[in-house]
Amino acid sequence: MIATIAFYLFATLTIASALAVIFARNPVHSVLWLILAFFNGAGLMLLLGAEFIAMLLVIVYVGAVAVLFLFVVMMLDIDFASLRSGFTKNLPFGLIIALVLLAEVIVAVSAHQAGPTLAGRQIPAAAQPNIVALGQLLYSRYLFAFELAGLILLVAMIGAIVLTHRSRRDTRPQKVWKQIGRRPEDAVKNMDPGVGEGMSL
Amino acid sequence: MIGLSHYLTVAAILFTIGVLGIFLNRRNVILMLMAIELILLAVNINLIAFSAYLGDLTGQIMAMFVLTVAAAEAAIGLAILVIFFRRRGSIAVDDANRMHG
Repeated sequence: MIATIAFYLFATLTIASALAVIFARNPVHSVLWLILAFFNGAGLMLLLGAEFIAMLLVIVYVGAVAVLFLFVVMMLDIDFASLRSGFTKNLPFGLIIALVLLAEVIVAVSAHQAGPTLAGRQIPAAAQPNIVALGQLLYSRYLFAFELAGLILLVAMIGAIVLTHRSRRDTRPQKVWKQIGRRPEDAVKNMDPGVGEGMSL
Repeated sequence: MIGLSHYLTVAAILFTIGVLGIFLNRRNVILMLMAIELILLAVNINLIAFSAYLGDLTGQIMAMFVLTVAAAEAAIGLAILVIFFRRRGSIAVDDANRMHG
């Protein structure tokens, strides 16, 4: 009973906040609705017994990706009102496409009894905790794929840095190689010559 | 009783909302990226629902990889967005036709 209520709560909130993401006027509000959608998606995954993925979703999406979106939305000075100009023009066509797609997907979902029937099946009880089972699988059978995922993240990090890095000419940064390459002969010295002796250059 | 098809239906609706978001916000790249994140969330819910009802953890592993790729995609997409904005002073993608030839 409580699981049913929780499912409908999470499902309704996920769908409502997803709708708010694409219909919000202010992109900052869109990002905040996206965060809510991800929280509720994590709730749905908790109900399915996938605790680790649910926590990962909260940590990765809310902690990193959504903050990145928020950062970019706030950093760039964008005129968002002009970007919404095609919104009402695209609305009828987009709604038709979306409804057709939704009908197709739901027909496909309800026709899945043609395959192996899972409709009446309960979620099988887990023999061991979710994280233990996932870790054992991840570090044995899917080790190479796991390493590859790390490589993808490394490439993404380097790519993002290379793309956004720029050498600015209007600032005067510290030139470390000049400081290190400085010799004592080239330096200005503080001298105290005697009276009438003058300087030897 | 909540069965597999309930979860699949939620994921289908979420996927459709993501596609609709890409259609509606054709000029705003940030919202398009957010709609892609919604689509990936729907895919993840599908994978995990099947994984739970089949008792096979492979779906959850795949969901983790989808998560990884989605994070990398968001980082690269936003980096491209930042340099595009720096060049053009706008993020309207229907102006992004300067790269042909």
